[in-house]
Amino acid sequence: MSLDPQALARVAHLARLDLSADDHNGLTERLNTILAMVDRLQDADVSHLEPMAHPLDAVQTLRADEVTEPDVRAQVAPLAPAMDDGLYLVPRVIE
Amino acid sequence: MTLHLQTLSELRRQLDAGTISARELTAHFLDRIERFDGELNSFITVTAEQALAEADAADAALAAGNAGPLTGLPLAHKDLFCTDGVRTSCASRMLDNFAAPYDAEVVARLRRAGMVCLGKTNMDEFAMGSSNETSFYGPVKNPWDLSRVPGGSSGGSAAAVAAGLAPVATASDTGGSIRQPAALTGLTGFKPSYGRVSRWGMVAFASSLDQAGILARSAEDCALLLGAMAGHDDRDATSVARPVDDYRAALSTPLAGLRVGVPEEFFPAQLDAGIAEVTRAALAQLEQLGATLVPVRLPSIDLSVAAYYVIAPAEASSNLARFDGVRYGYRCDNPRDIEDLFKRSRSEAFGDEVKRRILVGTYALSHGYYDAYYLQAQRVRRQIANEFNAALAEVDVLVGPTTPDVAFPLGARTDDPVTLYMADMFTIGANLAGLPALSMPAGLHQGLPVGVQVIGRPFEEGRILNLAHQFQQATEWHQLRPGFGGEA
Repeated sequence: MSLDPQALARVAHLARLDLSADDHNGLTERLNTILAMVDRLQDADVSHLEPMAHPLDAVQTLRADEVTEPDVRAQVAPLAPAMDDGLYLVPRVIE
Repeated sequence: MTLHLQTLSELRRQLDAGTISARELTAHFLDRIERFDGELNSFITVTAEQALAEADAADAALAAGNAGPLTGLPLAHKDLFCTDGVRTSCASRMLDNFAAPYDAEVVARLRRAGMVCLGKTNMDEFAMGSSNETSFYGPVKNPWDLSRVPGGSSGGSAAAVAAGLAPVATASDTGGSIRQPAALTGLTGFKPSYGRVSRWGMVAFASSLDQAGILARSAEDCALLLGAMAGHDDRDATSVARPVDDYRAALSTPLAGLRVGVPEEFFPAQLDAGIAEVTRAALAQLEQLGATLVPVRLPSIDLSVAAYYVIAPAEASSNLARFDGVRYGYRCDNPRDIEDLFKRSRSEAFGDEVKRRILVGTYALSHGYYDAYYLQAQRVRRQIANEFNAALAEVDVLVGPTTPDVAFPLGARTDDPVTLYMADMFTIGANLAGLPALSMPAGLHQGLPVGVQVIGRPFEEGRILNLAHQFQQATEWHQLRPGFGGEA
């Protein structure tokens, strides 16, 4: 597995990262070093094993569909970058 | 003995005897932080005023006879544990302006136990690193040698405790981030079993690996703190509902009859001779204390770093998707549109190592690579976990080196991520399998601390702490202090 600059640009877009030309040059080489290291996994014969996503092999628990969180608006609102008349101000994204 | 050289247990005795107040104790550590942290950079935020107020409350509880075993004892929290009203930055520009509106469960439990929070410690950005050089707030220095790293990602917690700026600190371990800095700074570092301590309110890096733990001066102090931190939390679906053992009561059991597994793979031919020598000497000491050494095998352990660097970045790329300039954290100026807002906010606020891991994770999870890399890594993880469990069915604990080297010079590995990743080659396996593990000081090499690692069966924290305490009763390695900070 290795990345060329085109593939890196595609992955960067998926990750919503904006890479500069300088970033591209250094990153392609470093990422390929990392990918070469993880390529060793391909040599392991583990096709008979179930993937292990979690150390406890736990299943997702579901709680009752009830409101349990208290109203913390007064605590949280002052932490927002910008407020006006009790409303959060966010950047305009729809012209 | 001066206060900052003492263990929590020794400080407890002084508080109970009334020879010192919680306020005096807190003021002593705040003074040390002010005098010495300029060189170490181990704290991101110091909460002096709040700490003194908490100390006064502790003194009132002591005077009223309402004190528990931790009342009035100071600590520092790694800056990925949310703290009510205090900045929780995760050492990232992304969260530089984030003050959490609540306490993480670990913080809440220790607060309820009466501990006094001195502040928040430096770390690798989003806990990604093995040297504490990726923090937005600059690298942390190792108090044993200021030109060297303290280890990562809990390097701030480790340096603060090693230099006597806090008697104990919380930390987190995703691939060795408690044990590796403990080894490199001469501390006892303990990562409990996955699920033993709540992760609620702990900023997530890789959710199936992260576990909160402790950096302390002794195994006894780890036991004292773990007793308060451990236990089920119904707000964390991965928290396990089983009773918390009396860890302090377990400390005094003699080691006679204990079966200690020695994995052959923890002693590769290229292992530094000094590290191997210290580890062999520690094993001989355990034998003298009555333990039996048993050779065991972990044949797939050399794949653990490769599996980790697929699984952890994959989980990180998902966890860090929430930091988009809208829902959390830093927001870029004057975005052109929503796409620009996402991309520039993330690109301007994440550091290089975080970006690298997000890119690797995104790649491993993308169409065409998911089966070959992500699922393959999860199958290798199963194999590694099976091997650990098979070995631990034959023996009570596994013992080997914590790190392949002593603390390395600052900047020496920043251009070589794979070499840096190998610093965690002995520690990652316990995270993949969810096992409890500890690093304890066991000697010096080139004048720098060397740690020995103890790995146990799931939820047998008491057995590991018992072994480490008995070792520390018979040796003095954990009492060595760096020549930093005046009397330290």
